[in-house]
Amino acid sequence: MRNLALSDEILLQVEKPARYIGNEVNSVIKDSSAVDVRFAMCFPDVYEIGMSHLGIQIIYDMLNQFEDTWCERVYSPWPDLDSIMRKEGIPLFALESQDPVRDFDFLGITIQYELCYTNILQVLDLSGIPFLATERTWAHPIVIGGGPCTYNPEPIADFFDMFYIGEGETQYRPLLDLYKECRRQGLSRTAFLEQAAKLPGIYVPQLYETAYHEDGTIASFAPKLAGIPATITKELVTDLSRTYYPLKPVVPFIKCTQDRVVLEIQRGCIRGCRFCQAGQLYRPVRERDAQMLKETALQMLDNTGHEEISLSSLSSSDYSQLEELVSFLIDSCRERKVNISLPSLRIDAFSLEVMEKVQDIKKSSLTFAPEAGSQRLRDVINKGLTEEVILKGAALAFRGGWNRVKLYFMLGLPTETEEDIRGIAELANKIAAVYYEVLPREQRNGRVQIVASTSFFIPKPFTPFQWAPQCTREAFIEKAYMTKRAVSEQLNQKSIKYNWHEADASVMEGVLARGDRRLCKPILAAYQKGCIFDAWGEYYKHDVWMETFAECGVDIAFYTTRERGLDEIFPWDFLDCGVSKAFLKKEWQNALDGKVTPNCRVQCNACGAAQFGCGVCTEPHTQTEDDTL
Amino acid sequence: MKLRIKFSKHGVLKFIGHLDVMRYFQKAIRRAGIDIAYSTGFSPHQIMSFAAPLGVGLESNGEYMDIEVHSLTSSQQLIDALNAQMVEGIRVLEAKLLPEDAGNAMASVYAARYAIRFREGCAPAFLNRATIADFYSQPEIIVTKKTKRSETTFDMKPHIFECALSQDEQTVLLTVDASSSGNIKPALVMHAYYEKNGGVLDEFALLITREDTYMNAGDETTPKLEPLGFIGSDYE
Repeated sequence: MRNLALSDEILLQVEKPARYIGNEVNSVIKDSSAVDVRFAMCFPDVYEIGMSHLGIQIIYDMLNQFEDTWCERVYSPWPDLDSIMRKEGIPLFALESQDPVRDFDFLGITIQYELCYTNILQVLDLSGIPFLATERTWAHPIVIGGGPCTYNPEPIADFFDMFYIGEGETQYRPLLDLYKECRRQGLSRTAFLEQAAKLPGIYVPQLYETAYHEDGTIASFAPKLAGIPATITKELVTDLSRTYYPLKPVVPFIKCTQDRVVLEIQRGCIRGCRFCQAGQLYRPVRERDAQMLKETALQMLDNTGHEEISLSSLSSSDYSQLEELVSFLIDSCRERKVNISLPSLRIDAFSLEVMEKVQDIKKSSLTFAPEAGSQRLRDVINKGLTEEVILKGAALAFRGGWNRVKLYFMLGLPTETEEDIRGIAELANKIAAVYYEVLPREQRNGRVQIVASTSFFIPKPFTPFQWAPQCTREAFIEKAYMTKRAVSEQLNQKSIKYNWHEADASVMEGVLARGDRRLCKPILAAYQKGCIFDAWGEYYKHDVWMETFAECGVDIAFYTTRERGLDEIFPWDFLDCGVSKAFLKKEWQNALDGKVTPNCRVQCNACGAAQFGCGVCTEPHTQTEDDTL
Repeated sequence: MKLRIKFSKHGVLKFIGHLDVMRYFQKAIRRAGIDIAYSTGFSPHQIMSFAAPLGVGLESNGEYMDIEVHSLTSSQQLIDALNAQMVEGIRVLEAKLLPEDAGNAMASVYAARYAIRFREGCAPAFLNRATIADFYSQPEIIVTKKTKRSETTFDMKPHIFECALSQDEQTVLLTVDASSSGNIKPALVMHAYYEKNGGVLDEFALLITREDTYMNAGDETTPKLEPLGFIGSDYE
């Protein structure tokens, strides 16, 4: 019988003890004395969120295919257990072996959103690992970060021994081999870090230093030692059809956010929406072969017993073999009584036909993400969705029996005016009007329901909007009220529901997103004052954060609302995600000019991602401008 | 065709709640390729029903669920196929084919037998054969049940079918009503036993294993307890 790190007494008093016991179907148990490398892979949020993340499942599967390595999982203990562990001095443990994380060789942390930074400190703290990388010895694991937030790792640079920039499939094997060799030779931890820093995609922050101008902007950023690369280029998989993919993902006991098979059909996006960080980071778009996906889907269903499968990508409608894949899945899933959950597809005749087959129309809704209320602003953000397309799609869907529509917008986009904001309400109103126009009274299935939601725009690194000022908290709130008022003035206002996000956390996210190394101290200070689970509204302590920033002399405006100069050195400029700064600058100018840039299948816009020699960059252009809508 | 599956649940599985055990079996049945029947509609679900929910923290040697299947292999094949998909802590013990007219598992539940041990150092000083006998020989055992609105008192005695101490005097053996209308939690009986002996029970002291779940194979006046699988039969 397995021994657990936590006693029955503790497990019986915390919420959802299943979060901490491991033992799930397909979790991997190895003999710890028979492996060379013990790797703890952590998602710094609660189990149900972390278990839903595909990236970790891919890396977990890959590392466990290595005979010399045992990869286990770690998640953030929920606050109820957190306080018990502190009180009783119980060290954080990995789920599979239930052994303390601090005895592992590596602690890998995936960093998916800025508001998890204090949870990273919680994981280090509960593990008994010093917060600062420079204070660690061989008695501590190598702490390595990965995931989208590592494209600006600077606000958390002090806490990590290294960051892995890019897709995890490529460099772990060389990194683990280097680690084993350094340990065998009895080299120092620093010597290992210096050698690791020369591997492609590996960034060791303590080997670099930053100098600042008097105005607080960066004067220089450079390696401290000769031979350490000045620029680090992201790693990526060039052929996604022939690489690791978890055929036996771990099946949790408790219901998680993703309680289904997730099939990643492609990486990257051809679209180039100017607010979207993922759209730039994961270029170029690379598809997985449909045959590989079909076989993978069936094996994953067989190995997990999941009753649902979902396709995953940034823009599934752009997957070139979508019809073939979806019709295969519809047939084989019907046979197996498996549900298909479709990601937000572009609404057209094809997607409606598919949705009709896989969903109960009465229970499902249509989703459009126009992101901005007016065509002018949609051109600024390069969102190639026109009002005409939306209204046509809605008409088609209403005739097909749908009567619920979800609309997603952003407030606070660059150049936004009151007119653009009114456009949100007007677009919602027009969609409602279409319903009453296309359906005679007797064919209507009750009143049309339109839910318009807005989030606040936060400029992110490696997007054309990285230069853009973010709105103040007050401006955000004013914009939300303006939207609300505009909705209430519409003829069909009774059919429109408007939701908006909290502004406080958006300010924080903005500070962290474009922050620099000087934020490490205030983040640690905020954690020590009790900030944790910041992504959870009920735990987010805005006042404590603001107070800590003030105490540490952090000027929030410097990081958020300040207009950045075109020649400013950004904290993340030493990273190369494939897209050049020159291209982003050009795109920023195009945005200000309201000029649309065609997608990668229409023409190459020389973003820089062609350096990788794969994906859409090596394919012939198959679309014309007219196809892009 | 309806099958009644018996399974045990031990170790870390005691932290998995009833609904999650159902989800666990739904996935295990798919992985095992069992020809289970589904409901119709857009989200078909397996036709499956559990006998008596087991509380978190309890272990069991006698859990039951009914499933409906389209085709039969054999009891042993089904048991083996499911066991190939089980995690440590959960084992499938029986698979019985039910007669057409069998009532569903939950409605058939009449009683359950529990073995109650004590965590190390937690056994009360008054635990012995005599105090157990005294307790059970009372003409009535009145307990108070608290609900949100009111407190009601009732006599538990007619719902306790067995209350004894094991040979080694370490384990309380308790058979109680487990029907949907009169279900008695074993801890409630233990509370009353402690109270009668001037003690106060901390429920955490108890290590409870459900030994089996029973149906009434007799009639109302002279009940005859048989394990829930009794009305089914092994099939080849």
